Amino acid sequence: MAMIPISQYLFLGMVLFTIGAIGVVTRRNVIIILMSIELMLNAVNINLVAFSRLVGSAEGHAFAIFIITDAAAEAAVGLGIIIAFFRNRETLLGDEMDLMKW
Amino acid sequence: MLMNVLHFVISIWVPLVCALIIVAVLPLVAGYIVLMERKVMADMQARLGPMRVGPHGLLQPIADALKLLIKEDIIPDEADKAIFWFAPLISVTAAMLAMSALAIGPWFQIADLNVGLLFVVGISALGIFGIVLGGWSSNSHYSLLGALRSAAQLVSYETAAGMAIVGGLLLAGTLSTREIIQAQNDYGVWFAIAAPVGFFVYLVASIAETNRAPFDLPEAESELVAGYMTEYSGFRWALYFLAEYTNMVVVASIATTLFLGGWLRPFAGTPAFNFLDYLPSVLMLGIGGYCFYRAPKQPVKVQSLFMVAVGLLMILAAIILAAPLIPAVSNLLPGLKPGLHGAFWFLLKVGLYIYLFMWLRFTFPRYRFDQLMRLGWQFLIPLSIVNVMGIGLALVLHRHWGWGHLPAFGLTTLLTLAVAAWLGWAEEKKDKVHVFVGET
Amino acid sequence: MLDHIVFYFFAALAVVSAILVVTRRNVVQSAIFLITALLATAGIFLQLHAEFLFIVQVILYAGGIMVLFVFVIMLINMDVSLHQVQFNRQWWLGLLLALVLGAEFTVAIAIGRSHLSFGEPAPASALEPSTQLVGKVLFSEYMLPFEIASILLLVAMIGAVVMAKKKI
Repeated sequence: MAMIPISQYLFLGMVLFTIGAIGVVTRRNVIIILMSIELMLNAVNINLVAFSRLVGSAEGHAFAIFIITDAAAEAAVGLGIIIAFFRNRETLLGDEMDLMKW
Repeated sequence: MLMNVLHFVISIWVPLVCALIIVAVLPLVAGYIVLMERKVMADMQARLGPMRVGPHGLLQPIADALKLLIKEDIIPDEADKAIFWFAPLISVTAAMLAMSALAIGPWFQIADLNVGLLFVVGISALGIFGIVLGGWSSNSHYSLLGALRSAAQLVSYETAAGMAIVGGLLLAGTLSTREIIQAQNDYGVWFAIAAPVGFFVYLVASIAETNRAPFDLPEAESELVAGYMTEYSGFRWALYFLAEYTNMVVVASIATTLFLGGWLRPFAGTPAFNFLDYLPSVLMLGIGGYCFYRAPKQPVKVQSLFMVAVGLLMILAAIILAAPLIPAVSNLLPGLKPGLHGAFWFLLKVGLYIYLFMWLRFTFPRYRFDQLMRLGWQFLIPLSIVNVMGIGLALVLHRHWGWGHLPAFGLTTLLTLAVAAWLGWAEEKKDKVHVFVGET
Repeated sequence: MLDHIVFYFFAALAVVSAILVVTRRNVVQSAIFLITALLATAGIFLQLHAEFLFIVQVILYAGGIMVLFVFVIMLINMDVSLHQVQFNRQWWLGLLLALVLGAEFTVAIAIGRSHLSFGEPAPASALEPSTQLVGKVLFSEYMLPFEIASILLLVAMIGAVVMAKKKI
């Protein structure tokens, strides 16, 4: 049976990426901003795997694994930063993290 | 359109029947594992255990289930009701879904996935969310602490269990459960004998994974009340309990598939041991005979009749298991012997593994939480990584340099045991020089 | 036919979960919906015959990264955040720009759609022993990125430990 046209996978990836982008630029809570970044990375993964299926090679899968690894490292360090900041300033809102303003 | 759907459903009737059997039978099996645990506990404590409900307490799980069903459903006041309702479901769903890639006999498997074993490990890891969300949504300090401790323990030992599985997978060369058992058949020896250190690491990690003693601090009754299950009562608690015992069955099935030869008879390839084929029937006959022997000694007439009925059931099982050994029957239905006997050996091995869990529970004292975490991170994870390297070395020695099985695997087992001994000695030394300098 | 049903089901689940992630007031509910979105994405990977990636997504993303998120959310007391304003003051500008971005992508996909079919798509069996193929690619052609990724993980571990200590 023929494959679903690849433009549908790309469209799905685009929708998820846009929703993630909306989350990043709109929400105040930094944990939700981090979660939206994870959504964007997932959208990119969907694109990669769809193209890998089209071409028939596993290189897209390998790249997607690298992206998942990278997302894990970034989530770990990002959450560490958030916890350290919370210990100091008691706030989780991106608007109030303005120590460098003069 | 409807015909298409009908055709599809008919074409997957075997997995569908297997799934229905698992969903219907597994809660009952989990209940009887609870009874088995109470009887084993009683035996090791020189007493008798449940004897009142049904002969020898055989109907105790049914009474327990009825009681839990009709108990009052208490929800804490400030609890997040949606998540409180949802959390036990996540645990049970994850545990039961993990059963779907496991092959109980050559006939009984829902889906032979390409990545079968990893699927089971990954899906049972999703059960952590049931614990954490349940503890958090109870809105109680004990629950939250117990849930976080339990989840931390699960995550720590998951890494060690995964690396131990990788050690076994190196020998098997594939992730599909069916092909792993086939590889053990081709090898001629179970992977527990070829990679004993890996099997041992998986045994310890799986005890910690299912929150069993001696690693059961998060749910021990004298420690944190009941940990994350404190605010759950009645049927919700029963769901958590069902999830825990199903996890035990899943973990035992993984160990059986990967290390203990799955549905293979001991010495499957050696014709000299063919008399072991009669063991299933002999065992069932023995149990049936014991039931007949105990039947007249029951205090109540109904219980005597029940024992006689159980005895007859065992005799019937013995006859069914002996049937494929008659040449006429096995010529008629050639798949009968692997199917029935395979399922019997698999369930026997799973039962023995679970008996080992119970034996360890009633023998060892509990680990303190920091000792538990230290054991996981500083002993088991390095040991399992060294085990993977050791098995890689053994495979290189065996396949590329032409050493035999025994020298190659024997040497690497000795090396891994040496590393384990060194790790244990380093831990001891660290304990001895533990001077409290008052820093946190 | 089954392909289509599975794909639309998981796609709808992913999109609905994603919308709920960015709009919920309660952070725990956002985390739960992100788990659902990640599992839906894993379903799409499975539908694309990427079995190894499906299980890696479940184990690492849903079973690892999200457990980390849920731990942090539960260790930080967030009752205060339930009553604060959720969206920042320039939300309309952010929404507009993100929608413009989305419209750009849609136009690009719509125009380029016909150029994306170069010949026949490869048969599904080209990706068949998924684990073996990924392993072969990862350990032969892309060995250097693999090693760099492991160093990245080591650095992230050290960073997280240093960040969490009270006194370095």
